[in-house]
This record gives sequence, structure tokens and C-alpha cells, in this order.
Amino acid sequence: MNNALQLLVNGKMHTVQSAPDTPLLYVLRNELQLNGPKYGCGLQQCGACMVLLNGKAQPSCMLPVAAVNDQEVVTLEGLAKDTGTLHPVQAAFVEAQAAQCGYCLNGMVMSAVALLAAHPHPDDETIRNGMQQALYRCGSYSRIMKAVKIAAAAKPANAIKTDHP
Amino acid sequence: MHRRQFLRAAGCVTIGFTMGGPVFSYGSPVQQQLPGSLRNHPRINAWLEILDTGQVRIFTGKLELGQGIRTAIAQVAAEELDLDMQQVEVVLADTSRTPNEGYTSGSASVENSAMSVRYASAYARRKLLELAAEKWNVPIDQLHMNNGIITGPGNRSISFADLLQGRQLSDEVKLPVTLKSKEQYRWVGKPVLRDDIGRMVRGEPVYVQDLRFPGMVHARMVRPPAYGAQLRTFNEQEALKKIPGILKIVRKENFLGIITANEYEAVKAQRALQSLVTWTEGTPLPEGNVTQYIKSLPASTEKVLQKGSMDGTAPWITATYSKPYIMHASMGPSCAVAIYDKDQLHIWSHTQGVFPLRRTLSRMLNMPEEKIQITGVPGSGCYGHNGADDAAADAAVLALEYPGKHVRLQWSREEEHGWEPYGSAMIMELAAQLGPGGKISAWKYNLWSDTHSTRPAGAPQNLLAYQYMQQTPQQPERGFTAGAYRNAEPYYDIDNVTIQAHFFNGPVRVSALRGLGAYANIFAIESFMDELAAKAGTDPFTFRLMHLTDERARAVLEKLRDMIKDVPTAPGTGIGIGFSCYKNAASYCAVAALVKTNKAVTDLTVQKMWAVIDAGETINPDGLKNQTEGGMIQSASWTVQEQVRFNKQHITSVNWNSYPIFRFPQAPETEVAVIDRPNESVLGAGEAAQGPAAAAIANAVYKASGKRIRDLPLLRGQGG
Repeated sequence: MNNALQLLVNGKMHTVQSAPDTPLLYVLRNELQLNGPKYGCGLQQCGACMVLLNGKAQPSCMLPVAAVNDQEVVTLEGLAKDTGTLHPVQAAFVEAQAAQCGYCLNGMVMSAVALLAAHPHPDDETIRNGMQQALYRCGSYSRIMKAVKIAAAAKPANAIKTDHP
Repeated sequence: MHRRQFLRAAGCVTIGFTMGGPVFSYGSPVQQQLPGSLRNHPRINAWLEILDTGQVRIFTGKLELGQGIRTAIAQVAAEELDLDMQQVEVVLADTSRTPNEGYTSGSASVENSAMSVRYASAYARRKLLELAAEKWNVPIDQLHMNNGIITGPGNRSISFADLLQGRQLSDEVKLPVTLKSKEQYRWVGKPVLRDDIGRMVRGEPVYVQDLRFPGMVHARMVRPPAYGAQLRTFNEQEALKKIPGILKIVRKENFLGIITANEYEAVKAQRALQSLVTWTEGTPLPEGNVTQYIKSLPASTEKVLQKGSMDGTAPWITATYSKPYIMHASMGPSCAVAIYDKDQLHIWSHTQGVFPLRRTLSRMLNMPEEKIQITGVPGSGCYGHNGADDAAADAAVLALEYPGKHVRLQWSREEEHGWEPYGSAMIMELAAQLGPGGKISAWKYNLWSDTHSTRPAGAPQNLLAYQYMQQTPQQPERGFTAGAYRNAEPYYDIDNVTIQAHFFNGPVRVSALRGLGAYANIFAIESFMDELAAKAGTDPFTFRLMHLTDERARAVLEKLRDMIKDVPTAPGTGIGIGFSCYKNAASYCAVAALVKTNKAVTDLTVQKMWAVIDAGETINPDGLKNQTEGGMIQSASWTVQEQVRFNKQHITSVNWNSYPIFRFPQAPETEVAVIDRPNESVLGAGEAAQGPAAAAIANAVYKASGKRIRDLPLLRGQGG
């Protein structure tokens, strides 16, 4: 039942053997050994499993892998440059110490990357609305706001392309 | 309850120690009593090892829960041993490696574990210097220590590892221990960055959920539809025929789990199996008003405090408050990995207590403790006893039935929401008399609560796996009742006080949630203080300060008053405050909230929250701020809209739509001020903001709307 599927993840083509209905999240974590996207609810309610799909932040927990094989997937791991330099959003989260347990952090960082691509200089309300898909429980909200603002003020990111034909 | 005195000796002049020299400058504090964990594990090498690489490895029996304990512990070790932060690594709770420090709970990790590491490191420093002095035959006061190297006269230098030559320091730490003087601190009291956040943003493996082992298999549980339900019909052959990919079905009475090679096959098998089995109805839950129901239950009464008399003749002012069941609602559902191989069971778990869990599993599985190893690995933030221990027990049972492979068990969102043990619903009845000058002359307090701990702690019947492996699923035994009256005694100076706690056996599974009873007790006391202030014709700050002589309590309130004095309040908005000294013995915390609402309080926004916190000596001010900001926001979410709901059959709050918590648009801005007291002992802080934050919001709602809401959540009708 498993088909060989081609997946473009973090700039590389991968061939995976997965049942086509397998949610992308399980393929990323188990076939590609990625840790960024996390299982949080499996219901597209919390954003822990967020990835960028053609530059747009999307939960990966209900998305059949077969539906994404012609799209570009970027995970948390794909944000930093090959040299190890962090994406400005990642660096901003470290600078603002914007986590406690950090389980929500993937959803926060991926949402912020997509938000800043669409709104390079967001006001508070734009940030609040742009981040609301991603849920948190430790209450790191103030720090995440600060991190998004730090990232917005940093030089534009070139580690990741978000424009697509 | 009285403030602890035993660490008050901090900051006095060095006495009874003859090895002093430049490295132990005058004024270096001597403590008169070793921290509890260190008394239980007195040898230096229980707490630290010198590695050949020049690193120092620290062992803590506590687990990183997102509170930043790993960093705080590394800071105190680096300080006492004069190391760079990069030279310190911290090994977290593991039954094979670290001291047994019980549970990571009660905001006690810095007070106990970090202080044990501080003393062990300081003692190790002295031993290392003694060894070098002996080796070179020079007086110890001519030696210096920096970044893992000891230097002495004649350009001599030696690393810790070369000095020890493969040995470890196994001396028992004995008093007096001279600590580094605070004037020389380079790490403690500084906002040192947590290095785990760097790993998190890169997507490095951090969590138990990220563990991968060669040949690892995946497991899911099939849960009953109700508490106490029994598996009525189950045909294993039919299940194996109809559901692809199953390696093993494990059934033990009402415990039902499946193991597959591929994780998504396990998810699908879990769903498919649900429709192939039938269960009995189980224990019905009460319908209707929960507060009325729990008040109607039989209760056993405990007299908590009685002082002075209740004979005053002034009229009693009364009010009754309540809080519903609230859930931990961890972002990541519980998970565990277990392998049974060569007669040994190894479990990786985000439990808050690896040692108590091992003791419990030993009894449950009838295996000697020495054949079980539990390695603590961080999970998603838990804020108390969530599904972590249950998941570990589930995984252990499954691994024993499928030996030789790592079995990874992942709970679903629905399992975590529906089966975790919640924070108990509570009712608080208050009465007070006002005497001359509007001061409180008498105080009566009655609370109703279920237990606030059913942690396993040696009792297998507290674990879901054990309960459902019985023919008739059993109820857990009563746990730690004292948690219900945590902070039930007001911290105010009142001569005549009686406090009683009434314990009922409630309908839903309960255990420890951040702050235990303190959250509801402080909500009630601090709401009532505002109501009394109004009766006394004075403002909330003045009224509280009239009843406080403890200077540190006064200081947090006065600082808070200063912080918010120029904040304008528009129509429909209001500012409220709340205060507590957590456990009446830990951090002092005062919180203010600015809310916007309408007259009927059907719409409520918490716009901003301020906190002033005094946690004694601050190890990491940024970590303390982070805990306090997060505590306020989490408490705001609890207070405004959270309530576990259930129908006759079972819990109906089973996901983020049916149990909504604050999202970004609802979260308040926060501002936290720390009052650092370097010469006072460290005080637990992780749970300090929960109670005062709740009261501050309720008091602000009253200011904004004129409506006094005494039953939480403030927005009824929310939460599906």
C-alpha cells in the first residue's frame, strides 16, 4: 500500500515510502527524522506541527502526504543556513528567551516567519492575529511578541525564499 | 505556618573555617544547615563529576519542565567552581545516575536541588584546592581557581582532571561550607541565557517525543468511553484480520493497547479498534451545577487553624467563592518510550518523579526496583501531575509484552484532555468582622475540596494502567490533602482566625495542578479583601497594608502601587490587585490587572498585567521574570474562561475547541519587576503568580463593571 513519493523538504528532494493518506507530520518526523514539527492535537487546532508550504504556514497533522508532493515544504530545521547561521526569527526567539517548555515554539517560529514575509513591519494587532493559529500554554506570549518585533527590525531574511510563481 | 528561619544565617561572617584565603573573602556566608536533598545524598560525587574533557557534570534529581531549572543549577555550579557556563553540563533525573529528589514540584527545585548543587560545588572547590596545596606543598591561600584550572606560586597550574587522575571526589559534604562571597559573583543573579532554547529553535531533539531508537515500534492505547467502564466484547482475531499493520495487541482485563511498526498505522488501528470493541457504561458523572453537586457530597472535616476567639459581636460580612475543575492541558500529549530486554526494563518519561514512579511500577509489575531504570526526559510543560506517569506505566506494560524492542507510546489529544487528572473544583466560604479603624478583627474560612495529589508515589492504584488492568477498574486512593489548604491562612495580621477544610470524594480524576489549593484560596481571600476594603471605606492597597507588618510583603505591594499609579483607566476598564506570599513561606508576589469589560461581563479582555516578585536571592532574574509572566498569563486564561466540562458519560472537554485556552489575541501585555534580595535565602517562585493574578482580574472586573463575580470562570458559558 505504501507508495514511493517525492517530497521537496528544506531544499532537498526526498523519496519516502508512505501510505498516501499518511499526514505529512508523521512522514516528516518518522521518515525524515525531523523534530521541528510536533504532534500537539492532530486536529489542526494548536499549530505545534506547523510547516511552511510554499511559504505559507500550515499545520501538517491532517494534511495527506500525497497532497503535498508538488509543493515546497520548509520545516524549522530548514530555516537556518547551512552554515548554521540562524534565521532572524530563530535568533530573535533566542534573544528574547521566548520559550519555557518550548513545545509550542515550532508553531510560533513558523507562524512568525510566514507573518513577516507577508507583513515585514507588522503592528501589534497584525502580530496577534497573524500568530493566533499557534497555541501556547506556558504563557510566553509577551516574549514571543518581543521576538517577532526583534525579527521584524532585523535585516530581511534571505535564508528562506517565500515568493513562488 | 511560619516563615522558615533556618536559612536566615546567610550573609553572616565566616566562622569556624580555617582554610580561608583570598579565594574565600571576608563576609562569605556560612549556612548553618545543609539543603534537604544534600543531607539525603551527602557525597560530592552524588552531585558532580569532573570529566577528562575539563567539563564538570552536575547531577540533579529534578527534571527540566520549562522552568529553566537546568540553567539555574548550572549557574550555581559554575559560580562556586569558577567555571565558564560552557564547562558545566547538567544531567537530569535518572534512577541510575542522579540523586533521588522525589518530585519536581511545589516550586522547590531552586530551594532544594540548586542549593544542594551550590553546597556540593563549594565543598568540591575546597577539596580540589586542598589536593593542589598538598601536591605542591604550598599554602592553600596562594592558590587560585579559574575555568577548571588551579594555579599557584611559580607559574604552576593543573586542571581539575589532572589533579584527580581519574578519581572522583567522594567526600561527604559537611558543615561548615564556605560559599563564594556574593560580591565576586559572575553568574548568579545574572540573566544567563538558557542554552536549551537555542537547541529548540534549531529543531534539535529535546523532548521525550523526539527519542528515536533503531527498530522502535509505535503504540497507542484504546481507552474506554467512561471512567470505570469495563471491556465487554473484544475479538482479537477479528481485530487482527480487519486492521492492517498490527504487531501485537495487548489486553489485560480492561487495559487495551496496540503495537505497530509504523506510527500512523497505530493511529488508524486505535480508531478502528474503538469501533470493534464494546464497553460497559461505567460510572455515570453528575449532570448540572458542579459547585452545588460537590457541596452536596459527604465530606470529612479537618481543622486547619484556630487562633484567638470567634466571640466578637460585630456583624459578620460573608461571601462564597468557587472554582471549577481546571486541566493542565499540556501542549504536547503525554508520551513514553520503554524497552524490556534481558530482564531489565528501561523507561524514558517526562514524569516529575522518576524515583517515586519506579517504586510504583516495581509494585505494579511485581519487579524488583533494581531491574527498572527510568530516565527523565523533558516533555511539554506539565504544570503538575498530568498524563506523564500514566503514559510511562502504559508503555511499561506494553514493552513487557513485546520484549527486545523500544516501544514508543504516544497519547492522543483526546486522551490527554479526557484522562489527565484535573485540578479539583473548590468552594470557599469566607466571613469576617471589622473592628475599630476598619481593621479585620475576626476571620472564618471554610473550604471544600477533593485531594490535590494522586501522584503515584508508590501507589499503583493511582495509575490508569493499574486501574484498568483490574477486572473492575478501581478508584485511586486519597493523596495529599494538605494541598487543598495551601495559602488558606491569610498572610495578614489578624488575631482571631479559624480555618476548616472539608474533603469530598469528587466525580472526576484529580491531582496536583500548579499551586494546588493556593490558586483558589488566594483568589477567594484577595477578592474578599477588596470587598472588605470597600466596607471599611478604604482603598485596596491601604487596606492590605493596614494588615501587613512583614516588610517584604509591604515592599511588593508598595512597588506595585508605584508601577501602576499613572495608568489611566478609561470608561469600561478597571484595575485590580492581588497579593500573596506563596505557601506563606515562599515568594512574595503582588499582581495588578487592567481589564476592559461591559456591565454584564459577557465580554472581557485582560489588557495588561503587572507583577512585583521577591523570590529572595535571585539566581536568574530573566528566568524568574519568565516564570512570573507566564504564570500570570496562564492564570488569566484559567480565571477568565477555563472549566472542565462533562456529561453523564464522560469528560466533554476533549480538545482545544471544547476546552479553549487563551490564544494570542486574548493575552495581556505583562510587566514584571523583581525585588532581588541577595542576602536572603532563595524562595520558590514558579507558582507564585497564579493566585494573585486571579484575584487581580476579578477585582479589576468589579472596578470596571460594578459586578462582583465570585464563581470562576469569570466568563461563564465559555468553553463549549
